[in-house]
Amino acid sequence: MKASLIERLTEGAIVAFLWLLRVAVVLVVVVGSALTIMSGRYSLEVYVGLVVSGLTLGSIYALIALGYTMVYGILRMINFAHGEIFMAGAFAGYFVVTASDKLGFLNQGAVSAMITIVVAILVAVAVATPVALLVEKIAYRPLRNAPRLVPLISAIGASFVLQYTFRGLFGPGIYSYPTVDFLDRTLPISGIIVRYVDVIVVISAFVMMTGLYLFVMRTKLGTAIRAVSEDKDTAALMGIDVNRAIVTTFGLGAAMAGAAGVLYALLFRQVFFMTGFVPGIKAFTAAVLGGIGNIPGAMLGGLFLGQVESIGPTLFLDGFNVPSPNQLKDVIAFTMLVLVLVFRPSGILGERIARSRA
Amino acid sequence: MPLLTATAVTKKFGGLTAVNNLDFEIEQGSIASLIGPNGAGKTTFFNCIAGFYQIEAGQIVFDGQPIQRLRRDQIAHLGISRTYQNIRLFANMTAMENILVGQHYHLRSSWIGAVLGTKGVREDEGRAHREARRLLRFVGLQNKGDLLASNLPYGDQRRLEVARALANKPRLLLLDEPTAGMNPAESQQMTEFIRHLRDELGTTILLIEHEMRVVMGISEKITVLHYGQKIAEGTPIQIQTDPLVIEAYLGRGSAGTAGHEATAIPAVEATQGGASAGPTPASA
Amino acid sequence: MTVTSAGMPATGAAPSANGAAPAMPVSFQRRVIRTGLLGAVIALYLCMVGIVPIFNARPLVQGVISLGQAALILSLFATGFVATRRVAESSGRLIADGAIAGGLSGVALSALVLLGSVVDVRAFLPNASPVLYGILTFNLGTIGFWIPMAAGAVLGGLAGAIGLASPRMRRSLFVGLISLFALGLFAGLIRTPMLQLPVAELARLLFASDGLTLIGAVVVLVASVGLHHVQRTRRLDLQFAALPPSRRRRIQVPLIALAAVMILVLPQGLGSFFAQVIAIVALYVMMGLGLNITLGLAGLLDLGFVAFFAVGAYTVGLLTSTAEFGIAQWPFWAAVPVAVIVAMVFGAFLGLPILSIRGDYLAIATMGFGEIIRILAGSDLLKPILGGPRGIINIPKPIEVPPDSFLAGPNQIYYIALIGAALIAFVAWRLRGSRLGRAWIAIREDEDVAEAIGINLIQTKILAYMLGAAFAGLGGAVFAALVGSIFASSIQLMVSINVASLIIVGGMGSIPGVIVGAIFLIGLPELFREFSEYRFLFYGIALIAMMQLRPEGLLPSKIVRREFQHGGGDEPPESSASPLAL
Repeated sequence: MKASLIERLTEGAIVAFLWLLRVAVVLVVVVGSALTIMSGRYSLEVYVGLVVSGLTLGSIYALIALGYTMVYGILRMINFAHGEIFMAGAFAGYFVVTASDKLGFLNQGAVSAMITIVVAILVAVAVATPVALLVEKIAYRPLRNAPRLVPLISAIGASFVLQYTFRGLFGPGIYSYPTVDFLDRTLPISGIIVRYVDVIVVISAFVMMTGLYLFVMRTKLGTAIRAVSEDKDTAALMGIDVNRAIVTTFGLGAAMAGAAGVLYALLFRQVFFMTGFVPGIKAFTAAVLGGIGNIPGAMLGGLFLGQVESIGPTLFLDGFNVPSPNQLKDVIAFTMLVLVLVFRPSGILGERIARSRA
Repeated sequence: MPLLTATAVTKKFGGLTAVNNLDFEIEQGSIASLIGPNGAGKTTFFNCIAGFYQIEAGQIVFDGQPIQRLRRDQIAHLGISRTYQNIRLFANMTAMENILVGQHYHLRSSWIGAVLGTKGVREDEGRAHREARRLLRFVGLQNKGDLLASNLPYGDQRRLEVARALANKPRLLLLDEPTAGMNPAESQQMTEFIRHLRDELGTTILLIEHEMRVVMGISEKITVLHYGQKIAEGTPIQIQTDPLVIEAYLGRGSAGTAGHEATAIPAVEATQGGASAGPTPASA
Repeated sequence: MTVTSAGMPATGAAPSANGAAPAMPVSFQRRVIRTGLLGAVIALYLCMVGIVPIFNARPLVQGVISLGQAALILSLFATGFVATRRVAESSGRLIADGAIAGGLSGVALSALVLLGSVVDVRAFLPNASPVLYGILTFNLGTIGFWIPMAAGAVLGGLAGAIGLASPRMRRSLFVGLISLFALGLFAGLIRTPMLQLPVAELARLLFASDGLTLIGAVVVLVASVGLHHVQRTRRLDLQFAALPPSRRRRIQVPLIALAAVMILVLPQGLGSFFAQVIAIVALYVMMGLGLNITLGLAGLLDLGFVAFFAVGAYTVGLLTSTAEFGIAQWPFWAAVPVAVIVAMVFGAFLGLPILSIRGDYLAIATMGFGEIIRILAGSDLLKPILGGPRGIINIPKPIEVPPDSFLAGPNQIYYIALIGAALIAFVAWRLRGSRLGRAWIAIREDEDVAEAIGINLIQTKILAYMLGAAFAGLGGAVFAALVGSIFASSIQLMVSINVASLIIVGGMGSIPGVIVGAIFLIGLPELFREFSEYRFLFYGIALIAMMQLRPEGLLPSKIVRREFQHGGGDEPPESSASPLAL
């Protein structure tokens, strides 16, 4: 049989379409950037500022992405409720920071502000972790051997339950984080504007990520987690407590997400019951970008996504005189996601998941 | 003229060369076998022919047409069908549905016709069902068309997989260990069935088989692979007496000690009997 | 005292290590206390999340009990019931245990009342208000703090006593209470059409504008217990099943005809609100049937389904609108085919790049597409064409009729959506049994083998995306006409998630399943709009519960049911090997 003409034409069209897609994206990026830079509309400081805010946002995405990537690595499921764990952390932090503010402690200088933030993060971790473990126990554990879609739907359900529980508990309104004067001050470096809040977010994120990495790589429990990620059955045969490894994974991811919630809220100064939704989706994107199941990949993916989202609209689109390019930052992020999935499906660093099929 | 000619085919996985510079031919209407120890590259070579793997070097020509760059479905359209070492039926479809879907390429009804329920589509479906029933009868599953594929006994599943492959009206049928996991009686039956297939339908058959009784009984030509290379080729008699083959199966030095040729083949069976259950690394 | 060994639930208190007989009294006592504490958490949750205060506004039985009170009573009663479940012992002990567990839960509520009298936590927890304390204490104030405690003990004890009743009596009682609850909840829905029929007086007697009347409650309770009793003793269902097919058909056909007539006249009696609700359900049925092709048959999880809905809606908007952004002012009927074709083209274009993506990645990639379309629709970039957040307004109704006609308002959309859904169901049914449908299922089962059999993956998958998109586009077109406008804010990720969920809840790959799923997940929450703050809470709980109790869906297709059956594993293969007639 010779392939029919129509079939050949469609195949040609598909190849052409994929190439067109690549060329179009490269063209938009290159030409847009060139046009923006040549227009001289923005000074170097603006670009540096965008890079800094991208770094800040990206390290928060990275923190959340860790939870997605680890849970996916160990259970092969998208923990759709992870964004809500992040939101729970942001709420817990809110009450600590507000209490500190009401007591007059918050704005008594750098030290008191730092103490408040550390306490807020600890409380957020202490709230987010049990919430995540509860979700795991009720919504995921009974479904461990079910077909793939079943835990995903259960996770969507858990996500709704958490969102609307928080809405019920605290009302639909937006809670504003109190102003922390110290955080808004800028570093004494001339030429670029870097606020303390950026520095604190980036440093705390990096400290936590390093800690997590060391935990997973160096400790016995971390090794157990990696073993279970590789092969659950074999790990169980080797005497590893699979359940404990899974619960620990959830706990670690939740701790990171809870802390990320406080950092995010300090940055954007507000929290409400839907706070977790969009950052959650973005962080999952970051995890996929980095190569799902891959811990350094999630960090890299988060940082990368933060940069693209922060600098992308201005750099790529402003040159074309697109009105309000910042509205389109998510379009850029998701386009990048789709492109990565199409052209490099294992993510930037490659996924660390044994291929389930040939 | 050979139906399929492979010239200097090479397939690598990272550093491992699974099939190395292999030349192979199969004559129209013949039954040929590929044998060799586990990991010799037999299933990999099957996968190269059926388009599951892209080969690094060489050429595979089927009926005068190079096929090494074609997709799996295009290769199927040319008339190559296969079965799998670890049976891969559509487990949640009935036996009947498995065969119906196997005829996919030979049915011509469009989806618009199906929605409108045109006469052409109804006739097409009627033909398809008749053909499916005929094939079920042919493989001895006439009363089991409504059973789920996954509920059939093991031997029936093997036969159903062959029937699904036959639904594509193949000119070359690749059978990957058709008697794996069968008892002697069942594998005797399968051997008869394979010969019957060729005699009845004129289908050219290439099989991978560990069971030497089957191989020696029905093959007109046997090719022995070892570490991805062809070490011997010939009629069953020639293969049974080839010192290289004996060495490959029994290891270096054993050929000398085993000495006398008549014992070589039972020894082969003994080595392979236990190992055949596990898939070779290249087949995963 | 003994505990039946199978009676320990997975979450039960008794550690399996000391499950031997001597340790039983201790662990059993602990179990009562633990259940009581769990009950306390649930009761507090009901209060603090606001279910009790808000549902208190809706009577279940007029002047007797509100929905909020009923929720609390139910939780205390359930605590006592669970604590004494499956325990065979003396009647006094059962009642005491139930009372302890229920009382413990009540103590938590009493503590809440006392705490509330000392500190005001409303700044953090808006529901910890005097209104709540009033409900808990029958408006006695702090002095009445003992009421929840006492109520908990009484209800728990009652629940324990029910354990003494014969199982048959217990079941009858539960049936009665559930009927009471359901009818009380849907009283308004049942009353409205009855008022227009000759049974108006009966309706007024039994139903108040919200909830049942006292007489109604008694009637419902007696009637449902009686019916249950008849069913149990006569086994009508078995009798029916035993009838010869011809006799059975003689009963079935009129019932189906009656249901069809009901569906046709439904919006006439119920008024426009209900017509709108069922129109929305029908809309989701259309989209669900579309996604059922991509997801249910071909196994491609598409979480960006709303994109095609949007394309259909905006196409109709642009082509028919008589306002600013309208470009053609076509009639609706001319615009619909165009909308469907444009949606199909989008389906093909979105499907092309993601053809090679598998599994969960596909879900994420399609979700990304959905978000891209959503953001673009509302962006300033496309504002000159699509109107940005202000959207396209003045989309005319498909059929111009005088306002008092039976086709006025949402009614005609209901009929159009109904016809659309029926059409799509027919197409989906025809496709499922066709060569293409088999190829889709084969791809879902094993993509590699399907291709090696000669199925062109590209064509087949693209067709799945295109046809799914066509149905969603049709849904969008009808939606545009229903609302009369289309805004960027109508395009939500939630729509995609809803559609995917309703397919899975209904039963993947099954056409009746889609309809049932849409009624449960879309229709019911729409009816409870007044509790809109909580509908997603219940929706979430329903999804989680469904996945554990009935993961194959409410009305699964044969294939999926089989998959779950032998996926379950504990059934020996012989038992499922019986010939399945198709």
